[in-house]
Amino acid sequence: MMLKVTGVAEANQIKTRFPPLDYLIKPKAIIECYEDIPCNPCSTSCPFQAIHIGVDINQQPKLNVELCTGCGICVHSCPGLAIMVAQSLEDKIRFKIPYEFLPIPKVGEVWNAINRSGKLIGKAIIEKVINTKKQDQTLIIQVLVDKDLLYDFVTIRGLYE
Amino acid sequence: MLNRDLVIIGGGPAGLTAAIIAAEAGQSSLIIDRNRNLGGQLIKQTHMFFGSGQMFAKTRGINIANKLIEEARKSELIEIWNEATVVGLYDDKVVTILKKDKPNNKYLKVQAKAIIVATGASEKVLTFENNDLPGIFGAGAVQTLMNVYGVKPGNNIVMVGSGNIGLIVSYQLMQAGVNVIAVIEAAPTIGGYKVHASKLRRLEIDILPSTTIKKAYGTDHVTSISTIKLDEKWNEIEGTENFYEVDAVCIAVGLTPLSSILSMVGCKMKYIPQLGGLVPIIDYNHMTNIPGIYACGDVVGIEEATSAIVEGYLTGLNVAKYLGKTHPQYDELIEKYNNELRILRSGPFGEKIRAGLLRMEER
Amino acid sequence: MRINSHPILDFAKERKKIFFTFNDEVVYGYVGDTIASALHALGIKQLSMSIKRKRPRGLYCAIGNCSSCHMIVNEEANVKTCITLLEEGMKVMLQTNLGELNAK
Repeated sequence: MMLKVTGVAEANQIKTRFPPLDYLIKPKAIIECYEDIPCNPCSTSCPFQAIHIGVDINQQPKLNVELCTGCGICVHSCPGLAIMVAQSLEDKIRFKIPYEFLPIPKVGEVWNAINRSGKLIGKAIIEKVINTKKQDQTLIIQVLVDKDLLYDFVTIRGLYE
Repeated sequence: MLNRDLVIIGGGPAGLTAAIIAAEAGQSSLIIDRNRNLGGQLIKQTHMFFGSGQMFAKTRGINIANKLIEEARKSELIEIWNEATVVGLYDDKVVTILKKDKPNNKYLKVQAKAIIVATGASEKVLTFENNDLPGIFGAGAVQTLMNVYGVKPGNNIVMVGSGNIGLIVSYQLMQAGVNVIAVIEAAPTIGGYKVHASKLRRLEIDILPSTTIKKAYGTDHVTSISTIKLDEKWNEIEGTENFYEVDAVCIAVGLTPLSSILSMVGCKMKYIPQLGGLVPIIDYNHMTNIPGIYACGDVVGIEEATSAIVEGYLTGLNVAKYLGKTHPQYDELIEKYNNELRILRSGPFGEKIRAGLLRMEER
Repeated sequence: MRINSHPILDFAKERKKIFFTFNDEVVYGYVGDTIASALHALGIKQLSMSIKRKRPRGLYCAIGNCSSCHMIVNEEANVKTCITLLEEGMKVMLQTNLGELNAK
């Protein structure tokens, strides 16, 4: 069903925001902004000018994958929390996601890996918790999930039991 | 009778930016606000704002409020009265005020040369059986309780309305540790930004379009509600009732301008549903049909806080000019801010406001 | 019903407790509370009764626009409790009628 009815992007929509798999050897931003809304801080915050929106800030952002270093500044700059960074490692996917809840995950913990419908789909190992002053309370959590969750994983919720 | 050149009624985002830019042009002003603190509705917006990176995007509403308030307090040209309620406005530009003077109030009269009305808006209500039960709150009220006073409105809530306010407040409720069971929406599609909706779906909150609240149940406060599905003609579909156990309900069905002070002074008003209700007819300088009386922000049409901020700048520039103090960069700034507004309103989400503004121009 | 920890806001600050009475029962709030926020923190949502049918009523807008939160405070009726700061020793009563002008 459509995003405007369910609030969940459809699988084919999601895939369009991912670069070809071989590009993900290096971390890259995945920008899931599917609507024309007047907004551009992802573009203005990117230190590598890798995100293009243009003068009409209603345009959806376009990522220049070559220029993107996966630094993650856009991840905490997006007011809609619609951006994450993905990297394909040998046997895991490394994600950097925005996070604004308590309790704050601890490095080494294993949390529930959650999909776009809020359902549990596996485990997420907490690798890093990044919280600089510039982020203004939007934490970046770096996690490792199984490779088959590449297009499903979006966030974490609670310790994995 | 006191005398002031410029009186600004309302110290929210629109009133503050108007005062700040008028001061830049050398024009003094008196901001009158009925609350203890300035900032209007910004003081409870804990989320990052959208809009353009040059204009507060990605800054949290509360921090925007702090920035603007600090700027206003620093200025020698800006005088601020808090806990002062404007109770009357007259076409000779006299403003009457009840100013707190414990334990009573002082009744004051100010003769102004120009006035900016930036009084904002108030929450609409929804009609359904037992909608007056305690625990049924406006969404803004819930935001106030949580983010200003640190009080949870309940433990299990249903949000009625999926516009940006309904979606954002649902997210903030979860951040405060309150369980949001579902967001229901009478229309067939989600009203606000889909990125907000997606954040809620990640939290496993149901979003249910074509659904409305039918009845609230409870003795001294709400303890459950029934919802019902609607067809394409907005009629209830028999047999689709659903029940939820709740201890609070949030109603997020829109805002309506607090424009009665403009009606009082005899401004030409128009009822424009797309703008939220009764609004003053203003020209491109934000002046009403009464010379020297201007209006900006939500009181002239319900939009985002970023629009209120830009309208405040535009109005401040124009009022200062009206009073003989033209800002040195008047032309560039007017163009810049009008451009900002145009971009903010040009996308698909600006359709409603554009339709409303067209109605305002119609004779 | 107080929020003790929040991912964005800081509610950890120590605040002075304020005692007041609600329908003659001693209750408390903190410095910075309004009467309404203190009552809601205690789980009290009913603030008054409607005039004719005595239906329970509570607050709606919380910022002084709608007049749903009227209570009798220190013998004064129609006090907007959502915007009135809580003070030590306040006597707060459920309002069940229209209130009188100059009742004292």
